[in-house]
Amino acid sequence: MVLEATEMTLNTTELLAIPLLPLLGALTAGLFGWFLKERLSHIITSGSVILAAILSVHVFLQVLDGAEFYGNFWTWIASGDLVVQIGMMIDPLTTIMMMTVTVVSACVHIYTIGYMHGDPGYARFFSYISAFTFSMLVLVMGNSFFTLFFGWEAVGLFSYLLIGFWFKRDSANKAAMKAFIVNRVGDFGFAIGILAVWYYFGTVDYREVFAQVQGLVASGSTMSFLGWEMDTITFICLALFVGAMGKSGQVPLHVWLPDSMEGPTPISALIHAATMVTAGVFMVARLSPMFEYSEVALAAVVIVGAITAFMCATIGLVQNDIKRVIAYSTCSQLGYMFVACGVSAYSAGIFHLMTHAYFKALLFLAAGSVIHAVMSNQDIRKMGQLRKYMPITYITMLLAGLALAGIPPFAGYYSKDLIIEATYARGMGWTSEIAYYALMSGVFMTAFYTFRMFFLTFHNSDRVPAATKSHLHESPWVITLPLVILAVGAVVAGYWGYHYMNMADEVIVDGYFRNSIFVMDAHNSIAMLEMLEEDHTQSHFWLEYGAFVLAVLGILTATLMYFKETKVPAAIAKTFRPIHTFLYNKWYWDELYDFLFVRPIQKLGQFFWQTGDLRLIDKGMIHGGIIGTVKNGAAMLKNIQSGMVYHYAYAMVIGVFGLLTYLMLNA
Amino acid sequence: MELNNVLGFPILSVATFLPTVGALLIWLLVKNETMVRWSALAFSIATFIVTLPLIFSFDRTTSHMQFEEFHHWIPAFNINYQLGVDGISMPFIVLTGLLIVICIISAWQCIQTRVKEYMIAFLILETTLIGVFSALDAILFYFFWEAMLIPMYLIIGVWGGKNRIYATLKFFLYTLAGSVLMLVALLAMHFEAGGTFSMLAFMDYPFDFTWQFWIFIAFFVAFAVKVPMWPVHTWLPDAHTEAPTAGSVILAGILLKMGAYGYLRFSLPMLPDASQYFAPMMIGLSLVAIVYISLVAMMQRDMKRLIAYSSIAHMGFVTLGTFVFTQQALEGAVINMISHGFVAAALFLCVGVMYDRLHSREIADYGGVANVMPVFAAVMLVFSMANVALPGSSAFIGEIMVLIGTFAADPMALSVSAKWIAIAAAISVVLSACYTLWMYKRVIMGDLVKDTVRSMPDMSLREFGIFVPLIVLTVWVGFYPVPVLDLLHESVAHLIDQSTTSKLDAAAAILEHATASHAAAH
Repeated sequence: MVLEATEMTLNTTELLAIPLLPLLGALTAGLFGWFLKERLSHIITSGSVILAAILSVHVFLQVLDGAEFYGNFWTWIASGDLVVQIGMMIDPLTTIMMMTVTVVSACVHIYTIGYMHGDPGYARFFSYISAFTFSMLVLVMGNSFFTLFFGWEAVGLFSYLLIGFWFKRDSANKAAMKAFIVNRVGDFGFAIGILAVWYYFGTVDYREVFAQVQGLVASGSTMSFLGWEMDTITFICLALFVGAMGKSGQVPLHVWLPDSMEGPTPISALIHAATMVTAGVFMVARLSPMFEYSEVALAAVVIVGAITAFMCATIGLVQNDIKRVIAYSTCSQLGYMFVACGVSAYSAGIFHLMTHAYFKALLFLAAGSVIHAVMSNQDIRKMGQLRKYMPITYITMLLAGLALAGIPPFAGYYSKDLIIEATYARGMGWTSEIAYYALMSGVFMTAFYTFRMFFLTFHNSDRVPAATKSHLHESPWVITLPLVILAVGAVVAGYWGYHYMNMADEVIVDGYFRNSIFVMDAHNSIAMLEMLEEDHTQSHFWLEYGAFVLAVLGILTATLMYFKETKVPAAIAKTFRPIHTFLYNKWYWDELYDFLFVRPIQKLGQFFWQTGDLRLIDKGMIHGGIIGTVKNGAAMLKNIQSGMVYHYAYAMVIGVFGLLTYLMLNA
Repeated sequence: MELNNVLGFPILSVATFLPTVGALLIWLLVKNETMVRWSALAFSIATFIVTLPLIFSFDRTTSHMQFEEFHHWIPAFNINYQLGVDGISMPFIVLTGLLIVICIISAWQCIQTRVKEYMIAFLILETTLIGVFSALDAILFYFFWEAMLIPMYLIIGVWGGKNRIYATLKFFLYTLAGSVLMLVALLAMHFEAGGTFSMLAFMDYPFDFTWQFWIFIAFFVAFAVKVPMWPVHTWLPDAHTEAPTAGSVILAGILLKMGAYGYLRFSLPMLPDASQYFAPMMIGLSLVAIVYISLVAMMQRDMKRLIAYSSIAHMGFVTLGTFVFTQQALEGAVINMISHGFVAAALFLCVGVMYDRLHSREIADYGGVANVMPVFAAVMLVFSMANVALPGSSAFIGEIMVLIGTFAADPMALSVSAKWIAIAAAISVVLSACYTLWMYKRVIMGDLVKDTVRSMPDMSLREFGIFVPLIVLTVWVGFYPVPVLDLLHESVAHLIDQSTTSKLDAAAAILEHATASHAAAH
């Protein structure tokens, strides 16, 4: 479990350059954007991120050969026993994240050149996305809970700024605020987790903490929570997981993620699909040496992931906003990743994280290309037949859709199938069983809503408003090039990861991840899966091909309903009106929160202010009590205030000393 | 008496009285308003420069008082002019020096009436503030503490807003009521401790529990008003709203720190047993401040009132960190005080910048300011995020250290597990985001719909310039707080030692000795 020191290490300068290059680009564009103008701003930021991507790939290759790095650079906080260092821990888990983040970010940077062209906040936008890239890199490269938290909060900040990027739009501002505050609810849990980690382990350094987990568990340490006694490690993991739920849009903290679509599309692709929202999954995988020791926490991860995977898929079925469909799909797919972590198939979770990053970023960028063409319309009811106008967007989105639906040999197939099978094999009792059915039904729905959106956009009937018609065109190369690059990822990442990188080896240490992920033998669901499949006394058809069959069925259903314009969707919506309304209104989470939290809290604040402060303290205590008794004195003070304040002041000083003298003389 | 002063030069006296000298000279010699501004600025900068050696020559390896000065003042009552600083008080002297400079620059244009008196008031205020943080004699401390009210009272009462009379009266009565009790407590200690007013002697003298109990209550009231703690906090929003911008800056930046400083300098070391005894109450009130006040802040419609409430909530972290008696929490409390000096001061300056343009503090009168004042929007964003205690800001260091120290506090001293206290306080993570970002959204973001906002010009170079040091300091302490923490370690460790070492045994021994010698005499 303990990560051993390795012989091969990496070049510190190179490692530092990876996060610092984007930071430098961000600062330059942010501070001097007014001077640099559009061209230089994007050259500097995109250039630095592309360089960071190249370096990340280089580091990735070195780590593949067995190199690792662990080191501290400076002391952030030191007080008594509390010592917080800023440092890096580079291992296979880190490098796969670094590569994913920088490659997607580089694509998004290039794409943004075309997408944001002419926007008054052009340089600011580049500054934000580069700064975001820096923050995300800190998050994944750090070696302690504090660096994780730093990156965590910093990505939250830039997510906030980018969702509210078009600050003239009230809906964008509301969505930005909602995202920040809901994330903060998660961070509340995260912060408590950090406090507990420091208290029980006396350090916040990953390695040192991981080395002590077994000892803490063996000591039988417990904490009582609202009269419910739980293992300390469970408490810590659950608290940290609350943070992961917030960042990764898991029920019940998912409400901000669909609303975040108010931001410009490039950031939906970068932040709200490929990178930031996967930070929660990364966290659980990174902390696998802790989560592995808490059955309760693992079960919670499975349940939350399964519910999210299922629920968000159902909502995605009926949404009409192209970006919202994809956003709900993101929530749902993140649920798959969490289930993978919960059943201890962390490698499958991270594998899906990687493939998902490529095809989901692609879906978003392609959607952005569509939105760009139809003049900022996002309603798929007003699209249709767009394939005639934008062939590259059409093809790349089809590839992404197939990858998301889980059709072999596209990327999503490998990773998603693995998660589902591992969940089946894990046998955690009712939790993994429920999760299995949730994920399986999710496969059908995913395929359905993806192709519903796809057909309504590119096939079906032409419903584009006449005014937009003349504007329809394929996007310029800066937009289509990233689509093509990501499409390559969406097609090959799964095959590559599974067959070449060995990301799903049943013995983790033999596979790609080596020591960076820890799985107890008793939890190793991928090994269990292998054993299950080797048992030839049973038929494994459903286990091996079930998900594929469901995906094909989903696509077929979507084809029947939406490939050509039919009356079926309307009829179904009418027949199942209550269900449709319920899903269309996203299970009424927003309304529920408004009722449960927003309004009561505002009422409470109003009550504390008006009744507590103004009526009880001010009127009751001060006016009624104190001022009432010194009424004469107050009246006198009032007179004195009309211009003779200096006199009063001197009188006071004299008075004080008079009193003092009197008291002392009488002593 | 051996004085510990490496400089061999009465630096604290100079820092304390240089502004007064400046005030006198300006009063007597300077007629022209422009010259008044420049000379006040010169004296404030000079004072700030004088305070800088305090940092550079500070001995970080000792908890002893440094830069000490001692002169007899009123020998008849054993009152002495005794000055000295340790790691806890010293940063506030430098901070005062900096903030007064900022106050004077910020008032450059918006104060047009009685400029001379205004500048004199600020310079005198500086004297009293530095005096409070350097005094080591209780009467001298009390003198500065009380004298400070006068210029502050004038600043709000003369240059304040429409409702200033009500606000000054409230401010004055509240603080005076507290101070009177403090004076009584000081005198009581004087007589009990054998006729000294030395604060260091008070720290060493073993007061028995009854003494500690009553003196603690008196101090509690005096300091709670200043912090301010719930339920004696309502003067602060009024004082802030009515005060001119610079008045709010110094009120939030320094004056609020004096209450907490009082707990650190008086209650904890002098009354350790009572401090332990009352800790649950103090912690309870701190939590009320964090939760209740945050909710009240959320509902405010006036920007200054909102930031004032937010200040009270942040001070809740300071008092919480003070009364859990751990190294991290206490250092966190001091860092929080320093950080709040940057952040709240800057937020009040931000409101001042807008107020100078629209003459309104109402949130509803703004909206879409970012459209016309992009630079200002960026500056305010930095401080809003610092107010939310985002990592990378000084506030984060303070708050996380208080939380960590609280979580790890000794549960024996408290009736509830310290973990739950830390968890309750951590709710601030959510609440501070709610009220700060909601204000930011309503004021800065949004489309331009109001013509008045449309005509707001972005910040001038002078306005931008005063934010620069505050941004640098907020971010610097946020990323590299180690030098500041180094100043604190020894003093805080000593303070923890003092506040966790019971005086009762020694008090009992004295009593026994007294009884024994009494008996022997007979």
